[in-house]
Amino acid sequence: MSAKIIVTDVYKSFPSDAGSLRVVEGVSFSVNDGETVAIVGPSGCGKSTLMNMVAGFERPDRGSVAIDGAARSSPSPKGILITQHGSIFPWLTVQQNLMFGLDGHARGKEILADHYAAMVGLKGFESSYPHELSGGMLKRAELARALVVKPEVLYMDEPFSALDALMNLRMRNELLRVLAEERHTVLLITHDVEEAIHLADRVMVLSPRPARIQASFDVRVPHPRKLSSAAIQELREAILLELGVDQSVV
Amino acid sequence: MAVTKGWANRIRQAAASLAVIVLLIATWWLVVHVTQSAIFPTPLQVVMGMFELLRDGTLFEHIGASLFRVGVGFLLALAFAIPLGLWMGWVRGAFLTLNPIFQLLRPISPIAWIPIAILWFGVGDVSPIFLIFISSVFPMIVQTTAGVHTIERRYLRAAQNFGVSRYTLFRQVVIPAVWPQIIVGMRIGLGVAWLVVVAAEMIALHSGLGYLIIDSRNAGNRYDLVIAGMIIIGVIGLLLDGVMRLLERHRSVRWRYVR
Repeated sequence: MSAKIIVTDVYKSFPSDAGSLRVVEGVSFSVNDGETVAIVGPSGCGKSTLMNMVAGFERPDRGSVAIDGAARSSPSPKGILITQHGSIFPWLTVQQNLMFGLDGHARGKEILADHYAAMVGLKGFESSYPHELSGGMLKRAELARALVVKPEVLYMDEPFSALDALMNLRMRNELLRVLAEERHTVLLITHDVEEAIHLADRVMVLSPRPARIQASFDVRVPHPRKLSSAAIQELREAILLELGVDQSVV
Repeated sequence: MAVTKGWANRIRQAAASLAVIVLLIATWWLVVHVTQSAIFPTPLQVVMGMFELLRDGTLFEHIGASLFRVGVGFLLALAFAIPLGLWMGWVRGAFLTLNPIFQLLRPISPIAWIPIAILWFGVGDVSPIFLIFISSVFPMIVQTTAGVHTIERRYLRAAQNFGVSRYTLFRQVVIPAVWPQIIVGMRIGLGVAWLVVVAAEMIALHSGLGYLIIDSRNAGNRYDLVIAGMIIIGVIGLLLDGVMRLLERHRSVRWRYVR
Protein backbone atom coordinates (compact mmCIF):
# COMPACT_ATOMS: atom_id res chain seq x y z
CA MET A 1 0.00 0.00 0.00
CA SER A 2 1.23 3.46 -0.84
CA ALA A 3 1.10 6.48 1.42
CA LYS A 4 -1.75 8.86 0.51
CA ILE A 5 -1.09 11.52 3.11
CA ILE A 6 2.36 12.25 4.48
CA VAL A 7 2.65 14.77 7.29
CA THR A 8 6.23 15.64 8.13
CA ASP A 9 7.32 17.43 11.29
CA VAL A 10 4.52 19.98 11.31
CA TYR A 11 4.54 22.96 13.69
CA LYS A 12 1.88 25.59 14.30
CA SER A 13 1.55 28.37 16.84
CA PHE A 14 -0.86 31.27 17.15
CA PRO A 15 -0.19 34.74 18.54
CA SER A 16 -1.64 35.19 22.02
CA ASP A 17 -1.50 37.64 24.94
CA ALA A 18 1.44 35.76 26.39
CA GLY A 19 3.48 35.85 23.18
CA SER A 20 2.62 32.80 21.20
CA LEU A 21 0.53 29.73 21.82
CA ARG A 22 2.24 26.56 20.63
CA VAL A 23 -0.55 24.38 19.31
CA VAL A 24 1.07 21.67 17.21
CA GLU A 25 4.68 20.71 17.69
CA GLY A 26 6.51 18.30 15.49
CA VAL A 27 3.75 15.98 14.32
CA SER A 28 4.61 13.39 11.70
CA PHE A 29 2.47 10.57 10.41
CA SER A 30 1.26 9.03 7.22
CA VAL A 31 -2.02 7.54 6.06
CA ASN A 32 -2.09 4.80 3.46
CA ASP A 33 -4.40 4.75 0.49
CA GLY A 34 -7.77 3.40 1.55
CA GLU A 35 -6.86 3.39 5.21
CA THR A 36 -8.97 4.90 8.00
CA VAL A 37 -6.86 6.59 10.62
CA ALA A 38 -8.29 8.12 13.77
CA ILE A 39 -6.59 10.74 15.86
CA VAL A 40 -7.80 11.03 19.44
CA GLY A 41 -6.74 13.56 22.00
CA PRO A 42 -7.98 15.64 24.90
CA SER A 43 -10.16 18.60 24.02
CA GLY A 44 -8.28 21.74 23.11
CA CYS A 45 -5.13 19.78 22.27
CA GLY A 46 -4.86 21.12 18.73
CA LYS A 47 -6.64 18.32 16.87
CA SER A 48 -8.67 20.69 14.71
CA THR A 49 -5.66 22.84 13.94
CA LEU A 50 -3.83 19.74 12.77
CA MET A 51 -6.83 18.75 10.64
CA ASN A 52 -7.08 22.22 9.11
CA MET A 53 -3.44 22.02 8.09
CA VAL A 54 -3.80 18.58 6.55
CA ALA A 55 -6.96 19.61 4.69
CA GLY A 56 -5.23 22.75 3.43
CA PHE A 57 -7.21 25.44 5.24
CA GLU A 58 -4.22 26.55 7.27
CA ARG A 59 -0.53 26.51 6.55
CA PRO A 60 1.92 25.01 9.00
CA ASP A 61 4.64 27.30 10.36
CA ARG A 62 7.16 24.55 9.69
CA GLY A 63 7.05 21.12 8.16
CA SER A 64 5.03 19.87 5.25
CA VAL A 65 1.86 18.09 4.23
CA ALA A 66 1.94 16.05 1.05
CA ILE A 67 -0.98 14.36 -0.64
CA ASP A 68 -0.05 11.80 -3.28
CA GLY A 69 3.48 13.09 -3.06
CA ALA A 70 2.57 16.68 -3.94
CA ALA A 71 2.80 19.45 -1.36
CA ARG A 72 -0.63 20.52 -0.08
CA SER A 73 -1.08 24.29 0.15
CA SER A 74 -4.81 24.86 -0.30
CA PRO A 75 -8.05 22.92 0.06
CA SER A 76 -9.20 20.86 -2.87
CA PRO A 77 -12.28 18.80 -3.77
CA LYS A 78 -10.01 15.75 -3.68
CA GLY A 79 -10.25 15.92 0.10
CA ILE A 80 -13.54 17.00 1.67
CA LEU A 81 -13.73 18.18 5.27
CA ILE A 82 -16.74 17.30 7.40
CA THR A 83 -16.97 19.11 10.72
CA GLN A 84 -18.96 18.80 13.91
CA HIS A 85 -21.44 21.56 13.16
CA GLY A 86 -21.67 20.78 9.49
CA SER A 87 -21.78 23.10 6.53
CA ILE A 88 -24.84 22.01 4.59
CA PHE A 89 -26.12 25.25 3.07
CA PRO A 90 -29.45 26.05 4.74
CA TRP A 91 -30.68 28.04 1.74
CA LEU A 92 -30.34 25.15 -0.73
CA THR A 93 -32.42 21.99 -0.91
CA VAL A 94 -30.79 18.63 -0.23
CA GLN A 95 -30.47 18.03 -3.95
CA GLN A 96 -29.02 21.48 -4.61
CA ASN A 97 -26.55 20.94 -1.78
CA LEU A 98 -25.45 17.63 -3.26
CA MET A 99 -25.09 19.20 -6.71
CA PHE A 100 -23.10 22.13 -5.33
CA GLY A 101 -19.62 20.82 -6.06
CA LEU A 102 -20.51 19.15 -9.37
CA ASP A 103 -19.84 20.33 -12.88
CA GLY A 104 -21.64 19.47 -16.06
CA HIS A 105 -25.20 19.19 -17.25
CA ALA A 106 -28.06 19.78 -14.85
CA ARG A 107 -29.66 16.40 -15.56
CA GLY A 108 -26.45 14.48 -15.04
CA LYS A 109 -25.82 16.31 -11.78
CA GLU A 110 -29.33 15.55 -10.57
CA ILE A 111 -28.95 11.84 -11.29
CA LEU A 112 -25.65 11.68 -9.45
CA ALA A 113 -27.00 13.72 -6.51
CA ASP A 114 -30.09 11.54 -6.20
CA HIS A 115 -27.96 8.39 -6.35
CA TYR A 116 -25.93 9.51 -3.36
CA ALA A 117 -28.97 10.81 -1.52
CA ALA A 118 -30.44 7.34 -1.83
CA MET A 119 -27.16 5.75 -0.74
CA VAL A 120 -27.24 7.58 2.60
CA GLY A 121 -30.96 7.00 3.06
CA LEU A 122 -32.28 10.41 2.04
CA LYS A 123 -34.45 9.17 -0.80
CA GLY A 124 -37.63 11.25 -0.85
CA PHE A 125 -35.98 14.22 0.86
CA GLU A 126 -34.17 15.61 -2.21
CA SER A 127 -36.30 18.74 -2.36
CA SER A 128 -36.40 19.33 1.41
CA TYR A 129 -34.59 22.23 2.96
CA PRO A 130 -32.08 21.48 5.73
CA HIS A 131 -34.21 23.09 8.44
CA GLU A 132 -36.87 20.51 7.65
CA LEU A 133 -34.42 17.67 8.46
CA SER A 134 -33.27 16.13 11.74
CA GLY A 135 -29.67 16.29 12.94
CA GLY A 136 -28.96 12.77 11.76
CA MET A 137 -30.40 13.44 8.33
CA LEU A 138 -28.28 16.58 8.05
CA LYS A 139 -25.19 14.46 8.72
CA ARG A 140 -26.26 12.04 6.02
CA ALA A 141 -26.70 14.93 3.60
CA GLU A 142 -23.27 16.22 4.53
CA LEU A 143 -21.74 12.81 3.96
CA ALA A 144 -23.53 12.44 0.62
CA ARG A 145 -22.42 15.91 -0.50
CA ALA A 146 -18.83 14.93 0.26
CA LEU A 147 -19.09 11.55 -1.49
CA VAL A 148 -20.78 12.85 -4.63
CA VAL A 149 -17.67 14.71 -5.77
CA LYS A 150 -15.76 11.42 -5.47
CA PRO A 151 -13.04 12.68 -3.16
CA GLU A 152 -10.03 10.53 -2.51
CA VAL A 153 -9.85 11.57 1.12
CA LEU A 154 -12.51 12.31 3.73
CA TYR A 155 -11.39 14.55 6.55
CA MET A 156 -13.77 14.12 9.45
CA ASP A 157 -13.38 16.47 12.40
CA GLU A 158 -15.64 15.28 15.24
CA PRO A 159 -18.22 14.45 12.58
CA PHE A 160 -20.81 12.83 14.84
CA SER A 161 -20.08 14.60 18.13
CA ALA A 162 -23.12 16.86 17.93
CA LEU A 163 -25.46 13.86 17.63
CA ASP A 164 -27.04 11.94 20.46
CA ALA A 165 -25.45 8.61 21.41
CA LEU A 166 -27.90 6.45 19.46
CA MET A 167 -27.69 8.54 16.30
CA ASN A 168 -23.91 8.66 16.67
CA LEU A 169 -23.81 4.85 16.65
CA ARG A 170 -26.15 4.67 13.66
CA MET A 171 -24.08 7.12 11.69
CA ARG A 172 -20.91 5.14 12.38
CA ASN A 173 -22.53 2.02 10.94
CA GLU A 174 -23.80 4.07 8.02
CA LEU A 175 -20.32 5.41 7.37
CA LEU A 176 -18.80 1.92 7.52
CA ARG A 177 -21.41 0.65 5.06
CA VAL A 178 -20.68 3.50 2.65
CA LEU A 179 -16.92 3.07 3.01
CA ALA A 180 -17.28 -0.62 2.20
CA GLU A 181 -18.90 0.43 -1.09
CA GLU A 182 -16.43 3.15 -2.00
CA ARG A 183 -12.92 2.84 -0.67
CA HIS A 184 -11.89 6.23 0.62
CA THR A 185 -8.93 7.26 2.65
CA VAL A 186 -10.29 8.65 5.89
CA LEU A 187 -8.64 10.83 8.49
CA LEU A 188 -10.90 11.03 11.53
CA ILE A 189 -10.44 13.31 14.48
CA THR A 190 -12.43 12.60 17.60
CA HIS A 191 -12.40 12.76 21.36
CA ASP A 192 -14.49 9.58 21.48
CA VAL A 193 -12.18 6.59 21.89
CA GLU A 194 -14.91 4.06 21.21
CA GLU A 195 -15.84 5.82 17.97
CA ALA A 196 -12.18 5.80 16.92
CA ILE A 197 -11.80 2.07 17.56
CA HIS A 198 -15.12 1.33 15.89
CA LEU A 199 -14.18 3.05 12.65
CA ALA A 200 -10.42 3.12 12.27
CA ASP A 201 -7.69 0.76 11.14
CA ARG A 202 -5.25 2.69 13.27
CA VAL A 203 -5.69 5.03 16.24
CA MET A 204 -3.13 7.68 17.08
CA VAL A 205 -3.14 9.43 20.44
CA LEU A 206 -2.21 13.09 20.66
CA SER A 207 -0.65 14.64 23.73
CA PRO A 208 -2.11 17.72 25.45
CA ARG A 209 -1.13 21.00 23.78
CA PRO A 210 1.27 21.47 22.12
CA ALA A 211 0.13 18.40 20.24
CA ARG A 212 2.56 15.60 19.50
CA ILE A 213 1.83 12.02 18.61
CA GLN A 214 2.12 10.13 21.83
CA ALA A 215 1.16 6.62 20.83
CA SER A 216 -0.28 4.63 17.96
CA PHE A 217 -2.47 1.52 18.06
CA ASP A 218 -3.44 -0.81 15.24
CA VAL A 219 -7.00 -2.08 15.38
CA ARG A 220 -6.70 -5.65 14.12
CA VAL A 221 -10.36 -6.55 14.44
CA PRO A 222 -12.31 -7.25 11.27
CA HIS A 223 -15.58 -5.46 10.51
CA PRO A 224 -18.32 -5.70 11.65
CA ARG A 225 -16.77 -4.97 15.02
CA LYS A 226 -18.44 -5.99 18.23
CA LEU A 227 -17.75 -3.13 20.59
CA SER A 228 -18.22 -5.25 23.69
CA SER A 229 -15.62 -7.83 22.61
CA ALA A 230 -12.65 -8.39 24.86
CA ALA A 231 -10.11 -7.32 22.23
CA ILE A 232 -11.80 -3.98 21.69
CA GLN A 233 -12.32 -3.35 25.40
CA GLU A 234 -8.67 -4.08 26.03
CA LEU A 235 -7.64 -1.67 23.30
CA ARG A 236 -10.02 0.96 24.63
CA GLU A 237 -8.48 0.71 28.10
CA ALA A 238 -4.99 0.94 26.69
CA ILE A 239 -5.87 4.09 24.72
CA LEU A 240 -7.67 5.67 27.67
CA LEU A 241 -4.65 4.94 29.85
CA GLU A 242 -2.54 6.73 27.26
CA LEU A 243 -4.94 9.67 27.56
CA GLY A 244 -4.48 9.68 31.33
CA VAL A 245 -7.67 7.87 32.30
CA ASP A 246 -6.88 4.78 34.38
CA GLN A 247 -9.98 2.60 34.35
CA SER A 248 -8.52 -0.11 36.57
CA VAL A 249 -8.73 2.30 39.50
CA VAL A 250 -12.48 2.86 39.08
CA MET B 1 -57.58 21.14 17.51
CA ALA B 2 -54.47 23.29 17.62
CA VAL B 3 -55.51 24.91 14.36
CA THR B 4 -58.95 25.93 15.59
CA LYS B 5 -57.37 27.22 18.79
CA GLY B 6 -54.96 29.28 16.66
CA TRP B 7 -57.87 30.75 14.75
CA ALA B 8 -59.78 31.52 17.93
CA ASN B 9 -56.75 33.36 19.27
CA ARG B 10 -56.36 35.29 16.07
CA ILE B 11 -59.98 36.34 16.06
CA ARG B 12 -59.70 37.42 19.69
CA GLN B 13 -56.59 39.46 18.84
CA ALA B 14 -58.27 41.07 15.86
CA ALA B 15 -61.34 41.85 17.94
CA ALA B 16 -59.18 43.61 20.53
CA SER B 17 -57.50 45.74 17.87
CA LEU B 18 -60.85 46.52 16.30
CA ALA B 19 -62.26 47.53 19.67
CA VAL B 20 -59.45 50.04 20.18
CA ILE B 21 -60.04 51.52 16.72
CA VAL B 22 -63.77 51.80 17.36
CA LEU B 23 -63.08 53.47 20.70
CA LEU B 24 -60.68 55.90 19.04
CA ILE B 25 -63.21 56.85 16.36
CA ALA B 26 -65.95 57.22 18.97
CA THR B 27 -63.77 59.52 21.06
CA TRP B 28 -62.88 61.54 17.97
CA TRP B 29 -66.55 61.89 17.08
CA LEU B 30 -67.50 62.84 20.62
CA VAL B 31 -64.77 65.47 20.93
CA VAL B 32 -65.69 67.11 17.62
CA HIS B 33 -69.32 67.06 18.68
CA VAL B 34 -68.71 68.52 22.13
CA THR B 35 -66.29 71.24 21.00
CA GLN B 36 -68.56 72.20 18.09
CA SER B 37 -65.45 72.55 15.89
CA ALA B 38 -66.18 74.26 12.60
CA ILE B 39 -63.01 73.03 10.85
CA PHE B 40 -62.12 69.64 12.27
CA PRO B 41 -64.27 66.99 10.55
CA THR B 42 -66.21 64.12 12.09
CA PRO B 43 -65.35 60.55 11.04
CA LEU B 44 -68.49 60.56 8.88
CA GLN B 45 -67.32 63.65 7.03
CA VAL B 46 -63.94 61.98 6.41
CA VAL B 47 -65.67 58.94 4.94
CA MET B 48 -67.82 61.20 2.77
CA GLY B 49 -64.64 63.01 1.69
CA MET B 50 -63.07 59.73 0.74
CA PHE B 51 -66.09 58.85 -1.39
CA GLU B 52 -65.86 62.24 -3.04
CA LEU B 53 -62.25 61.59 -3.98
CA LEU B 54 -63.15 58.12 -5.24
CA ARG B 55 -66.05 59.45 -7.32
CA ASP B 56 -64.15 62.11 -9.20
CA GLY B 57 -61.23 59.75 -9.76
CA THR B 58 -58.53 62.10 -8.41
CA LEU B 59 -57.71 59.69 -5.59
CA PHE B 60 -56.35 57.07 -7.95
CA GLU B 61 -54.34 59.66 -9.84
CA HIS B 62 -52.71 60.77 -6.59
CA ILE B 63 -52.10 57.21 -5.43
CA GLY B 64 -50.71 56.32 -8.85
CA ALA B 65 -48.38 59.32 -8.87
CA SER B 66 -47.02 58.55 -5.39
CA LEU B 67 -46.59 54.83 -6.07
CA PHE B 68 -44.87 55.55 -9.38
CA ARG B 69 -42.30 57.81 -7.69
CA VAL B 70 -41.72 55.36 -4.86
CA GLY B 71 -41.50 52.46 -7.28
CA VAL B 72 -38.92 54.06 -9.56
CA GLY B 73 -36.83 55.55 -6.75
CA PHE B 74 -36.90 52.36 -4.73
CA LEU B 75 -35.99 50.06 -7.63
CA LEU B 76 -33.13 52.34 -8.66
CA ALA B 77 -31.87 52.29 -5.08
CA LEU B 78 -32.20 48.50 -4.96
CA ALA B 79 -30.29 48.07 -8.23
CA PHE B 80 -27.56 50.31 -6.85
CA ALA B 81 -27.44 49.08 -3.25
CA ILE B 82 -27.27 45.30 -3.76
CA PRO B 83 -24.16 45.16 -5.96
CA LEU B 84 -22.49 47.91 -3.96
CA GLY B 85 -23.38 46.27 -0.64
CA LEU B 86 -22.08 42.91 -1.82
CA TRP B 87 -18.87 44.49 -3.04
CA MET B 88 -18.36 46.42 0.21
CA GLY B 89 -19.10 43.30 2.20
CA TRP B 90 -16.71 41.14 0.22
CA VAL B 91 -13.79 43.49 -0.43
CA ARG B 92 -12.38 44.89 2.77
CA GLY B 93 -10.71 47.83 1.03
CA ALA B 94 -14.01 48.92 -0.53
CA PHE B 95 -15.67 48.77 2.87
CA LEU B 96 -12.96 50.77 4.61
CA THR B 97 -13.00 53.39 1.86
CA LEU B 98 -16.72 53.87 1.37
CA ASN B 99 -18.24 53.08 4.75
CA PRO B 100 -17.24 56.36 6.47
CA ILE B 101 -18.83 58.36 3.66
CA PHE B 102 -22.08 56.42 3.86
CA GLN B 103 -22.14 56.61 7.64
CA LEU B 104 -21.84 60.39 7.31
CA LEU B 105 -24.59 60.69 4.70
CA ARG B 106 -26.95 58.24 6.35
CA PRO B 107 -28.12 60.34 9.32
CA ILE B 108 -29.03 63.29 7.09
CA SER B 109 -32.79 63.30 6.77
CA PRO B 110 -33.92 62.93 3.16
CA ILE B 111 -36.10 65.99 3.81
CA ALA B 112 -32.93 68.05 4.16
CA TRP B 113 -32.13 67.17 0.56
CA ILE B 114 -35.30 68.82 -0.75
CA PRO B 115 -33.76 72.22 -1.57
CA ILE B 116 -30.86 70.55 -3.37
CA ALA B 117 -33.23 68.22 -5.21
CA ILE B 118 -35.24 71.18 -6.45
CA LEU B 119 -32.05 73.01 -7.45
CA TRP B 120 -30.76 70.02 -9.40
CA PHE B 121 -33.91 68.45 -10.77
CA GLY B 122 -36.62 71.12 -10.63
CA VAL B 123 -40.14 70.42 -9.43
CA GLY B 124 -41.06 67.48 -11.70
CA ASP B 125 -41.02 63.77 -10.97
CA VAL B 126 -37.24 63.53 -10.82
CA SER B 127 -36.87 65.38 -7.51
CA PRO B 128 -39.05 63.03 -5.45
CA ILE B 129 -37.51 60.02 -7.19
CA PHE B 130 -34.08 61.33 -6.23
CA LEU B 131 -35.23 61.85 -2.64
CA ILE B 132 -36.64 58.34 -2.47
CA PHE B 133 -33.42 56.97 -3.87
CA ILE B 134 -31.44 58.85 -1.22
CA SER B 135 -33.72 57.69 1.57
CA SER B 136 -33.88 54.01 0.71
CA VAL B 137 -30.40 53.35 -0.67
CA PHE B 138 -28.48 53.63 2.61
CA PRO B 139 -30.45 51.14 4.69
CA MET B 140 -30.21 48.65 1.83
CA ILE B 141 -26.45 49.13 1.44
CA VAL B 142 -25.91 48.78 5.17
CA GLN B 143 -28.02 45.61 5.46
CA THR B 144 -26.42 43.97 2.43
CA THR B 145 -22.90 44.74 3.64
CA ALA B 146 -23.69 43.51 7.15
CA GLY B 147 -25.23 40.41 5.58
CA VAL B 148 -22.00 39.53 3.80
CA HIS B 149 -19.99 40.18 6.95
CA THR B 150 -22.10 37.79 8.97
CA ILE B 151 -21.95 34.80 6.61
CA GLU B 152 -20.71 31.96 8.75
CA ARG B 153 -17.18 30.91 7.95
CA ARG B 154 -18.04 27.22 7.75
CA TYR B 155 -20.13 27.87 4.63
CA LEU B 156 -17.39 29.84 2.92
CA ARG B 157 -14.93 27.10 3.83
CA ALA B 158 -17.20 24.47 2.36
CA ALA B 159 -17.43 26.46 -0.86
CA GLN B 160 -13.64 26.78 -0.88
CA ASN B 161 -13.31 23.05 -0.23
CA PHE B 162 -15.44 22.12 -3.24
CA GLY B 163 -13.32 24.42 -5.39
CA VAL B 164 -16.27 26.10 -7.11
CA SER B 165 -15.98 29.07 -9.44
CA ARG B 166 -16.39 32.61 -8.20
CA TYR B 167 -19.71 32.76 -10.08
CA THR B 168 -21.05 29.70 -8.25
CA LEU B 169 -19.70 31.01 -4.96
CA PHE B 170 -21.70 34.22 -5.32
CA ARG B 171 -24.79 32.73 -6.89
CA GLN B 172 -25.17 29.75 -4.57
CA VAL B 173 -23.51 30.86 -1.33
CA VAL B 174 -22.99 34.58 -0.87
CA ILE B 175 -26.18 35.98 -2.38
CA PRO B 176 -28.60 33.43 -0.91
CA ALA B 177 -26.86 33.77 2.47
CA VAL B 178 -27.32 37.54 2.38
CA TRP B 179 -30.80 37.50 0.85
CA PRO B 180 -32.73 37.53 4.17
CA GLN B 181 -30.73 40.57 5.25
CA ILE B 182 -31.40 42.25 1.91
CA ILE B 183 -35.11 41.71 2.47
CA VAL B 184 -34.80 43.43 5.86
CA GLY B 185 -33.05 46.31 4.11
CA MET B 186 -35.81 46.43 1.50
CA ARG B 187 -38.49 46.61 4.18
CA ILE B 188 -36.72 49.46 5.91
CA GLY B 189 -35.95 51.18 2.60
CA LEU B 190 -39.47 50.99 1.29
CA GLY B 191 -40.87 52.18 4.62
CA VAL B 192 -38.64 55.24 4.59
CA ALA B 193 -39.37 55.83 0.90
CA TRP B 194 -43.10 55.96 1.60
CA LEU B 195 -42.55 58.44 4.44
CA VAL B 196 -40.42 60.61 2.22
CA VAL B 197 -42.55 60.68 -0.91
CA VAL B 198 -45.45 62.22 1.00
CA ALA B 199 -43.18 64.84 2.52
CA ALA B 200 -41.59 65.63 -0.83
CA GLU B 201 -44.95 65.97 -2.55
CA MET B 202 -46.14 68.43 0.07
CA ILE B 203 -43.50 70.89 -0.95
CA ALA B 204 -42.93 70.96 -4.63
CA LEU B 205 -45.41 68.95 -6.63
CA HIS B 206 -48.85 69.06 -8.17
CA SER B 207 -49.85 65.45 -7.76
CA GLY B 208 -49.51 62.64 -5.28
CA LEU B 209 -50.95 61.94 -1.85
CA GLY B 210 -48.71 64.51 -0.17
CA TYR B 211 -49.95 67.12 -2.61
CA LEU B 212 -53.54 66.03 -1.99
CA ILE B 213 -53.14 66.72 1.71
CA ILE B 214 -51.48 70.10 1.44
CA ASP B 215 -53.76 71.19 -1.40
CA SER B 216 -56.89 70.20 0.52
CA ARG B 217 -55.77 72.37 3.38
CA ASN B 218 -54.80 75.33 1.22
CA ALA B 219 -57.92 75.17 -0.94
CA GLY B 220 -60.50 75.95 1.70
CA ASN B 221 -59.50 74.07 4.82
CA ARG B 222 -60.87 70.73 3.61
CA TYR B 223 -59.65 68.86 6.67
CA ASP B 224 -61.97 65.98 5.84
CA LEU B 225 -59.83 65.36 2.76
CA VAL B 226 -56.61 65.91 4.75
CA ILE B 227 -57.53 63.13 7.15
CA ALA B 228 -58.87 60.93 4.34
CA GLY B 229 -55.46 61.32 2.63
CA MET B 230 -53.64 60.44 5.84
CA ILE B 231 -55.67 57.28 6.32
CA ILE B 232 -55.04 56.23 2.72
CA ILE B 233 -51.29 56.80 3.18
CA GLY B 234 -51.36 54.61 6.26
CA VAL B 235 -53.26 51.83 4.53
CA ILE B 236 -50.98 51.83 1.48
CA GLY B 237 -47.90 51.87 3.70
CA LEU B 238 -49.25 48.83 5.50
CA LEU B 239 -49.91 47.06 2.20
CA LEU B 240 -46.41 47.84 0.93
CA ASP B 241 -44.90 46.36 4.08
CA GLY B 242 -47.18 43.37 3.65
CA VAL B 243 -45.79 42.78 0.17
CA MET B 244 -42.24 42.90 1.53
CA ARG B 245 -43.18 40.48 4.27
CA LEU B 246 -44.40 38.04 1.65
CA LEU B 247 -40.78 37.85 0.47
CA GLU B 248 -39.82 36.63 3.95
CA ARG B 249 -42.18 33.70 3.56
CA HIS B 250 -40.37 32.36 0.51
CA ARG B 251 -39.03 28.82 1.03
CA SER B 252 -35.43 29.73 0.22
CA VAL B 253 -35.26 32.28 3.06
CA ARG B 254 -37.28 30.37 5.64
CA TRP B 255 -34.06 28.99 7.15
CA ARG B 256 -33.32 32.40 8.57
CA TYR B 257 -36.54 32.65 10.52
CA VAL B 258 -36.86 29.12 11.91
CA ARG B 259 -35.14 28.11 15.18
